[in-house]
Amino acid sequence: MGASLTRAAQWTTASSGTGKLEITPINESLLKEILSFVEQFSSRHPQEAKHVFKEPLQWSTTLVASDFKTDYDISGPTVQSQEKDSEGHPLLQLSPPTIFARSFSQLSKLVQLANDKKLKEVRACLEENRDPVVKILGPSFATVLEGEDNFVLRLVDKVKQEDQAADSALKVKLFFLLQHLDNQLLSNSLKKISQEVRLSPAAVKNEVELLKHFCSEGEKRVLKSVRYTSDYEFSNGCRTPPWRQVHGDICYLVIEPCDTETLYITCSTAGVFLNGGIKQEGEENAYERTSEMHKDLVTLLKSRSPHFAENINKQVQWNLGRCIHCYLPFVFSKTPVGVMLAEAFSESSSESEEDEEQPERRPESNTDLPSEYWQIQKLVRYLKRGNQTATVLVLCAMRDFNLVQETCQLAIRDEGGLEVLLNLLDTKEIRCKIGSLKILREISNNSQMRRAIADLCGLQSMVKSLDSLVKDLKALAAETIANVAKFRRARRTIRQYGGIMRLVKLLDIPDLATPTAEQERDVEVARCGVLALWSCSKSTRNKEAIRKAGGIPLLGRLLKLPHENMLIPVVGTLQECASERSCRIAIQTEGMIKDLVKTLSCDNQELQMHCASAIFKCAEDKQTRDLVRQYEGLQPLVLLLNKVDNKQLLAATTGAIWKCSISMENVAKFQEYNVLEILVNLLTGQPEEVLVNVVGALGECAQIPANRAIIRRCGGIQPLVNLLTRTNQALLVNVTKAVGAFFLPSFRLLWSLLKNPNVDVQSSAAWAICPCLENTKDAGEMLFYFVGGLELIVNLLKSTNKEVLASVCAVIAKIAKDEDNLAVITDHGVVPMLAKLTNTTDDRLRRHLAEAIAHCCMWGSNRASFGEAGAVAPLVRYLKSTDSSIHQATAHALLQLSKEPNNCITMHQNGVVKLLLGMMGSADEMFQEAAADCVFNIRRLALANDKASYGYPP
Amino acid sequence: MPEMSALNKKLTQTLAETISKQVKHFNKRETECLIRLCNGLLGDQTVSIHNSLLLLVYLAVFHTFDKDSDGYISVKEWIEGLSVFLRGTLDEKIKYCFAVYDLNSDGYISREEMLQMLNDSMIREPTEEDPDEGIKDLVEITFKRMDYDHDGRLSYADFERAVREENLLLEAFGSCLPDAESTLVFEEQAFKDPPGQ
Repeated sequence: MGASLTRAAQWTTASSGTGKLEITPINESLLKEILSFVEQFSSRHPQEAKHVFKEPLQWSTTLVASDFKTDYDISGPTVQSQEKDSEGHPLLQLSPPTIFARSFSQLSKLVQLANDKKLKEVRACLEENRDPVVKILGPSFATVLEGEDNFVLRLVDKVKQEDQAADSALKVKLFFLLQHLDNQLLSNSLKKISQEVRLSPAAVKNEVELLKHFCSEGEKRVLKSVRYTSDYEFSNGCRTPPWRQVHGDICYLVIEPCDTETLYITCSTAGVFLNGGIKQEGEENAYERTSEMHKDLVTLLKSRSPHFAENINKQVQWNLGRCIHCYLPFVFSKTPVGVMLAEAFSESSSESEEDEEQPERRPESNTDLPSEYWQIQKLVRYLKRGNQTATVLVLCAMRDFNLVQETCQLAIRDEGGLEVLLNLLDTKEIRCKIGSLKILREISNNSQMRRAIADLCGLQSMVKSLDSLVKDLKALAAETIANVAKFRRARRTIRQYGGIMRLVKLLDIPDLATPTAEQERDVEVARCGVLALWSCSKSTRNKEAIRKAGGIPLLGRLLKLPHENMLIPVVGTLQECASERSCRIAIQTEGMIKDLVKTLSCDNQELQMHCASAIFKCAEDKQTRDLVRQYEGLQPLVLLLNKVDNKQLLAATTGAIWKCSISMENVAKFQEYNVLEILVNLLTGQPEEVLVNVVGALGECAQIPANRAIIRRCGGIQPLVNLLTRTNQALLVNVTKAVGAFFLPSFRLLWSLLKNPNVDVQSSAAWAICPCLENTKDAGEMLFYFVGGLELIVNLLKSTNKEVLASVCAVIAKIAKDEDNLAVITDHGVVPMLAKLTNTTDDRLRRHLAEAIAHCCMWGSNRASFGEAGAVAPLVRYLKSTDSSIHQATAHALLQLSKEPNNCITMHQNGVVKLLLGMMGSADEMFQEAAADCVFNIRRLALANDKASYGYPP
Repeated sequence: MPEMSALNKKLTQTLAETISKQVKHFNKRETECLIRLCNGLLGDQTVSIHNSLLLLVYLAVFHTFDKDSDGYISVKEWIEGLSVFLRGTLDEKIKYCFAVYDLNSDGYISREEMLQMLNDSMIREPTEEDPDEGIKDLVEITFKRMDYDHDGRLSYADFERAVREENLLLEAFGSCLPDAESTLVFEEQAFKDPPGQ
């Protein structure tokens, strides 16, 4: 309800806060719809109705205790529901005049109780709870709602973080129910609002200009004259005195029809009507309305002048069509309704706006413009004045210019040529439409022109042209759509105006072995249709729309045609669509994998790239992977790996190989073609989009031991491990998986050796585990797989063998780098066990022990625990050792421990400062720093202590 | 369609047989339909034909239909004309259009003829010094574009080449062919009833 309440409902005050809902028909119907939603909620969604709101909805009610009956505890004026939440709070509470409700089931009951006060209650509730969704689901959902991109994903995230409880699914469902209601409300009120679009100065001006054209001499004329009463136009487009503008008056007109007396007309925002006869400015008493209200000038004139009514229809077909694009943009973009429309329907798919706005390149001054600019502007002026015949000639003349040149495009746009060209599409003149589209097709290669065309609602007209019987026209319209649909808004518009359906219809051509000339033209129309669908298919919802319109099987039929120029857009569209699961299923069930595999072996690299990319996406599905093998598509894929120079092709091919190799049967087949050797060679010197797929494929293949041996043999390990330093997330995921495939099995084995009773085996296994943990990025995650492994290692600290102890300490130091694992070993009592070992005199053990202590300090109250367990004093003594590597580890451990004041006291008592000061002269900077920081911590404590005791520093 | 005498029916059929052999694009049945339509036009009976086609049968078109220039369109001329109208190839249509635009039938379209044909094709700007300047300019641009051999007049070869390069120029100087939609509607109506039923 969020969007419709803030955008569609009409509030008395614009600002949020506590406004009142105006009593308007729109609000009335909004309220009624919300009411019926609430009324039926309990019976329709009994589960969701029980969900307890995050915060209660509260408002001042007119209901009193006597209105409530069973199911409620009534005591005096206050009422509580018998239904309670898990903590025993009532879900409905009335303490007059305020009422609190905390679930939909209570709300449902409430409106049923309220009888004829229903609407009043809903109104009050909405007025006092401006953001009901937030109250119902919690404030975090407001942010989910606001950003429209990705919202489903973020919603899922949100719910995940928020609570793992069982009601999260319920919450999502509730959210979607509300969201659905919101959409419904919005679209319903839009329908109403759009019926009431009010006149704007620009629309009036356009209509007046149009009527002036009808005042020409001769038989054709339908009016004698049209003039404004005032030549002065205010900056807002009005021609009335400001004190009349307040009343909505836009301008006054004097129109002389051919057959009746002169008409004095007021154009106001509410409509057009006859006034008391305003001949010029300032005629005070003539402002009042003397006729009924009409929606525009043409309707008014039709009702007054029979001659006009009779003749206008003849001319208007041509001329009115020619002005529609001067109106539409105002209706759709300049009015609040238009802005709302745009917002309400904004796309929720996650794609990025790939069509970046190009900066306008324009010469400094007009004198720098080349002559073409002025010539084209002249032609545009002719275009505005010409009839059908002249229009075609002018269009042909314009086509002789190099329309790819930006100067020419700017000339057309600056002179209002785009409007005229688009208007032509709404006439009945096929040749004019064709001529116009030929120009639009050229200039729409420029992103600025594309946007201008979309802004002027040109796509709507192009979509309409797809219904034409004339094939050339259909083809041109589709081709132009293909050009314009390079940005998201355009693609959305095409879908919303039924473009996808119409484009898909163009693909429906009969299966032809030897087409006639006429059928060749059908093929061409279909090709243009596919081009347009290709552009459109870059939006998620369009993919779905293409599928729903039955586009996938039709594309499948075209896939069998031999024309290369058809195949590229066909496969291009298919591979775009294949990112949607529903489309992938359609592609597979329509038996297209066979044709895609066949096309892989063509000799056009672009086509091969799209094919591979389609297989890449479709092979997510097991059946598809099997089909690729059955139709012998694996070998052509491997062959494509030779084309190392075409990186796009290589990325698509390696992607297809990756996904295909998820099936072990395919991996076996790939091995026959020595794919591993080739892939290993691709591990270096390739862009990341290739690397991701190569590593992905290697990771899949490495699940088989024999393949691991091959990869190792061709030197694949080192480059794989090197990739661990990259930052690309997708790449890292795959690299970790691949590397894991190598290390995990041996790692698992090593770990099991820890259980071996022989102390030498134990210690060497532990030593071997250390580098594994160090080299694997997600060591922490890897350990996660060894349930009980961490306990095992902690228990080994009970060993009496010095070597075992040292090696285990080394392992613990590595493990403790991962916070989750550290928490686990802490629970297993690692701290006291390490502390117990501190009295050792073995230097090797001392060093690893100090390291382990340093890392284990990072969790919870471990620092204090070490102190309590008496680990600090022995550690200080380590500094007296002669081994400098011990000093280093010890300094780090002491630094960590010194963050706990009690430890500082102990250290101080044991004379650590003197020892550390002596070591600050060390050559190792890290060590210097650790020692210095440790001393600093101790000193600071002493200062704080002094300050506390004496009130000032000594 | 009112009842026809048996003789009339027979005559129509024979005529259709002959003409359908001489005129391209129509089979015998279709020719028969068109003959009956022609008879309908000649007689008093009102025949329902799509208006647009009737409107198009104006003077210039009439001349091109009336090949032997005897002032009448014979049944055969009528059918030949319609053959181009409805099903003509691009070649046939180019020939036909050129003939329509060549007002004085001298085999060339001159600047003057062009100006004459385009005279009313643009709304004049009364504010300009020469209100006709726009038209003159447009004629000049178009003429230069189409006069490939630069001899100051458009020959059939010029016209044909221009149209082949840009099909839109087929009806460059005024529409004289029915559009696709009208053609479809006309054919639907004209060939609706098989003759003799």
